[in-house]
Amino acid sequence: MFGITLITFILFNMLMGDPAVRFAGRHATQAQVESIRSELGLDRSLPEQYIFYVKQIVTFDFGRSWATKQKISTMISEGIGPTLSVTAPPFAMSIVFCIGLALFTSYFRGTVFDHGVVVTCLALLSVSSLVYIILLQYFLAYHLGAFPISGWDPSWIGRWEYLFLPWIILFVLTLGSNILVYRSVVLDETFQDYVRTARAKGLSSQKVFAKHVLKNAMIPIITIIVIEMPFLITGTFLIETFFSIPGLGGMIIKGLNESDFPVIKAMTVVISIAYMFFNILSDILYTVVDPRIKLG
Amino acid sequence: MATIATTTQVPTKKAQRNSLWWDAFRRLKRNKIAMVSLAVIIVYVGIALGAWTGLLYPGVGIGDPNYQYQEFSSQHPFGTDVLGRDVLGRAVHGTATALSVGLIASGISLLIGIVLGAMAGYFGGKVDALIVWLYTTIDSIPYILLIPSLTFVLGRGLINVYIALGVTSWVTLCRLIRGEFIKHKNRDYVMAAEVLGAGHTRKMFRHILPNVTHLAFVQFGLGFVSAIKIEVILSYLGLGVDPRTPSWGIMLDDSKLELARPFWGNLTAATIFMFGLILSFNLFNEALRDALDPKLKNR
Repeated sequence: MFGITLITFILFNMLMGDPAVRFAGRHATQAQVESIRSELGLDRSLPEQYIFYVKQIVTFDFGRSWATKQKISTMISEGIGPTLSVTAPPFAMSIVFCIGLALFTSYFRGTVFDHGVVVTCLALLSVSSLVYIILLQYFLAYHLGAFPISGWDPSWIGRWEYLFLPWIILFVLTLGSNILVYRSVVLDETFQDYVRTARAKGLSSQKVFAKHVLKNAMIPIITIIVIEMPFLITGTFLIETFFSIPGLGGMIIKGLNESDFPVIKAMTVVISIAYMFFNILSDILYTVVDPRIKLG
Repeated sequence: MATIATTTQVPTKKAQRNSLWWDAFRRLKRNKIAMVSLAVIIVYVGIALGAWTGLLYPGVGIGDPNYQYQEFSSQHPFGTDVLGRDVLGRAVHGTATALSVGLIASGISLLIGIVLGAMAGYFGGKVDALIVWLYTTIDSIPYILLIPSLTFVLGRGLINVYIALGVTSWVTLCRLIRGEFIKHKNRDYVMAAEVLGAGHTRKMFRHILPNVTHLAFVQFGLGFVSAIKIEVILSYLGLGVDPRTPSWGIMLDDSKLELARPFWGNLTAATIFMFGLILSFNLFNEALRDALDPKLKNR
């Protein structure tokens, strides 16, 4: 926690030059630059600035965006809704679908079907995510006209038609890596002794998979899922810029393009905290799923 | 039988190489997919070297405005772009950019990862605590924000992309190397080296490191692929290389608005080039990992 604040602070304060000069514009007088500097709190000593920065994080008050003059905390709370409505459904669908397919391929391991799935996944992973977005947007939205090309509706009912295409794209994007990861997890389990025992007891192969293997494979799978949770926030920056969806990802990219340091700084901190939170959560979930492990 | 005969004749150092690297190499040679992928990678390296030395498409940066958006033809297999530049030539030069990003960025991360991982694992104590703190912190800042912030701070340009990708991607390797060093540092052969008067540096890099290089190899391959992919996305977003540098990301950015014309050259060329490289690298990585895995040795 301390580390994140320190590193982002160093990164943004020491390396980026004098933001006051940038902020004031090319034709500002010396006095104007000075007044902006004191307004931004840049005339104070570095430790003082650092304490101010930590205080901002603790109180969740990151000041105002330089570009839009909006409060950043409001921008974040407004952006999180659209982002989650884009990411959450395909995230869940992809997990269910990929675990199912992973069980299937490991059941038929070594067959043509299994090899086919693995090679397809590797091939899927070898195309840039940009290409998927460009092509799917072009064919489904522009060419076939099945969906609007881009746009957003703030109301919950109106936004559906804008959401389907991003959902499809995100689902396709996560397929390749998810299937490969889950498949290797499930395969690891199928060679364990308990599988042989269960088979020896006379359980059918299908039953062993559905009951024993799936249950045991859930432990690593849950970790993977929980650790990927921050993806719900960061996973869509490309899609949000493509489809002009007013979410957090688009906010980051806009902030980067407009040199809007407070926004970038706030987003870095917020996402890092989310990441840490989910890391701790996965440790706790371990103990819930696997009673053999105790929190040390 | 032949291998056993050589191991008995040749002194120990060579024998050791026989056991791990030759084994791995022999297993790789038997794997047809791996060999095909390797051949493809070598072709790409050839293309990149050709572009870099100026043998292939020397004047690709200068277009002819009279010939913009040409159809696909034998002279311009992927047509020409908005400035009348040959798209195939751009993709060829993009190969050089992509390979250099992969090579240098994962080279930097390899160096940092090995040195810090070795120090953390070998010395333990405060050094270890500091390095672990450093990498958990860097790891918890998502690369999506860390890399753009770095390229932002450093400014746009190819060299800064190398640095930004390099200094953000060493964490996994560092963690692995640290674990291996903790395991190895109290082994008998290290103690023997100490008795013979070897210093810390010599023990770390001359004695322990050769036993963990296989990890570095696999990680290098993975880092290579992800560096290329991230470079494409960064350049697309305008946070990567300078727009005048030929890059697949820039080509994809150009292609977005050209599909409606319709002009497919940029998209097709960039996708085909990238697909071939990344797929063969992925397949080769898988094979290499299997070949270096001692558990699968007698397969």
